[in-house]
Amino acid sequence: MEIISVKDLHVHFEIYEGTSRVINGVTMSVERGEKVGLAGETGCGKTVMMKSILGSLPSPAGRIAGGFIHYKGQDITDLKGKAARRERLGMSFVPQNPMNSLNPVFTIGEQLLTVRKYSRMAPQMETRHRRRDVVRSLLAAVQLPDTHRIMSSYPVQLSGGMRQRVLMAMALAPEPEFLIADEPGTALDVTIQAQILNLLTKLVDRQRLTVLLITHNLGVMRTLTERLYIMYAGNIVEYGPTQDVLLNPLHPYTVGLIRSVPRLRARGMEGGIPGHIPDYLSPPAGCRFSPRCVYALEKCRYVLPDPVELRPRHYVSCHRSGGGGEGQ
Amino acid sequence: MILTVRALRKYFPVRAGLLQKQVSVIRAVDGVSFSVKRGEVFGLVGESGSGKTTIGFTLVGIYRPTNGEIEFEGQSIAGNRYPPWVSGKLQIVFQDPVSSLNPRRTIAQTLDVPLKVHTLVRQRRLRLVREGELLEMVDMPRSYLHKLPGALSGGQMQRIAIARALAVKPLMIVLDEPTASLDVSVQSKVISLLNDVRTDFGLSYLFITHDLALISTIAHRVAVMYLGRICESAPAVQLFENPLHYYTKMLLASIPTVFPADDVLKPKGVESKGEIASPMSIPTGCSFHPRCPVANELCSTVQPVAVEPEEGHRVWCHEYLERSTCSLQREVRYVV
Repeated sequence: MEIISVKDLHVHFEIYEGTSRVINGVTMSVERGEKVGLAGETGCGKTVMMKSILGSLPSPAGRIAGGFIHYKGQDITDLKGKAARRERLGMSFVPQNPMNSLNPVFTIGEQLLTVRKYSRMAPQMETRHRRRDVVRSLLAAVQLPDTHRIMSSYPVQLSGGMRQRVLMAMALAPEPEFLIADEPGTALDVTIQAQILNLLTKLVDRQRLTVLLITHNLGVMRTLTERLYIMYAGNIVEYGPTQDVLLNPLHPYTVGLIRSVPRLRARGMEGGIPGHIPDYLSPPAGCRFSPRCVYALEKCRYVLPDPVELRPRHYVSCHRSGGGGEGQ
Repeated sequence: MILTVRALRKYFPVRAGLLQKQVSVIRAVDGVSFSVKRGEVFGLVGESGSGKTTIGFTLVGIYRPTNGEIEFEGQSIAGNRYPPWVSGKLQIVFQDPVSSLNPRRTIAQTLDVPLKVHTLVRQRRLRLVREGELLEMVDMPRSYLHKLPGALSGGQMQRIAIARALAVKPLMIVLDEPTASLDVSVQSKVISLLNDVRTDFGLSYLFITHDLALISTIAHRVAVMYLGRICESAPAVQLFENPLHYYTKMLLASIPTVFPADDVLKPKGVESKGEIASPMSIPTGCSFHPRCPVANELCSTVQPVAVEPEEGHRVWCHEYLERSTCSLQREVRYVV
């Protein structure tokens, strides 16, 4: 059963210069218990997708101009206020930057207790004492030592890695079933990132959470996800089982992206994609990658391609139907 | 050798209170020695707080060293005054292209500064010609000369920063995480550009980064830093094929690789644990010992000396020294 399903979503931003058409017909879904990744480079719309699902698009500039978002069978596209919060029950979020996602003037304990108190998954009559125990066990679950001291300390007293762990504990406080993680650990050093990813995998498996992971790091995708969506300029260009997408990329953009990843102990560097992401105020009419694509046909400039299943469960939106994959 | 650094130290005082009394000291760089050969790419890797950027800044004169010796082109540049001729030979490209370019200056004005300061081209008209050439060197059209940085993408801005460094025809460039703020598809373009200009002009690079996979693609020799000291240095191939220090292994094992083919290159059975200590209270002995699973008593008290098991491959580790002398499999040479 699908826990989240997005159909032909369009998100526009009204800015001074005009209408910025960022999300351009995205269709994606996450099955219950699945670990799905959404990958793309800076400015491709990953964060806007996440905010649309969470219902936190900046208002009034951002608006959903078309399409639906269904969460557990309920349409949550246009819900506002209380209804929006009620229908999103069980959805939780791990923010990207551990350095500025905690309130500096409250202790870790106060912030976690507040989240727990107002989370509707918590039993109605949870006593304060009981709540403290829950929070303490959450901190232990994210492998923070000395939970008593952590609860009475302020965010500045903790290192980046510890703050990221606190944010994970905070995301788990409402006992979610669906977790959205935005670039977990990528703001941290590589050895700390490895610890965070390790921990996230353990927590997700233990609690059988459904995860939507958003990151630009394909290596992180490989360790954490089963299925992968590749996003470019507000469109899903390719999706399929993570291993298959990474090993047999079909879309010219995915091919270029994967070739650009530095290999261990490789000599020299090739790849890279010429040009840059289009201006969302006047994006190309057809495939948004066509101005940068060496395989582009005349048709590509006018018609947006539909996804085609070229390998088992592996879809690509390209008129050349995987023309870029030949080189691999 | 174009650059030789010997026992370089850079301490920052920590002041507090009304009288700003010195209460403590941050030992950002604590006795680092290395040398860069002509035409070589020397990689300096480490996590945040390891002191790698401090070294880069000390080399280009942004910081003065606390003590130690820096020789560039055979002359000492570690004295009280930074010799002005050095900036004509040694340049730097900073990490963040957005903040390293003046937003109110056009590209031409930005590139004008080094040409004027070093009186390389006296006539304004000829300077403009040279600026156009510089842009073409970094694969950008001359028409960009009159644009402001705000009109450029991150990758293009970093190209301008590289062009600015090339303006004085330097012998060596310090690259301080030049691609850390760029996307991978842009990063590989910038890296191949850097490789091209290096071979075209016979430059040497000191490449500072936290990205081990990236350094493996570009550097000839690599030094791994931890809390202000080098813990292992070796030719790039040897470092990645045969890492000896546990910290190097931990770094390699922590990389989330994209390709299964790369997994075999990661050390097995190594798990990352602990966090880097504050440079204000560096652990005694080997500074890595609180995170090291193979640490013994000696590690917590005595700072290790370098061992050179292979030509050019040095490691600062008691445990390795003990293991290799016990087994007598390799001839171990002490390096003082």
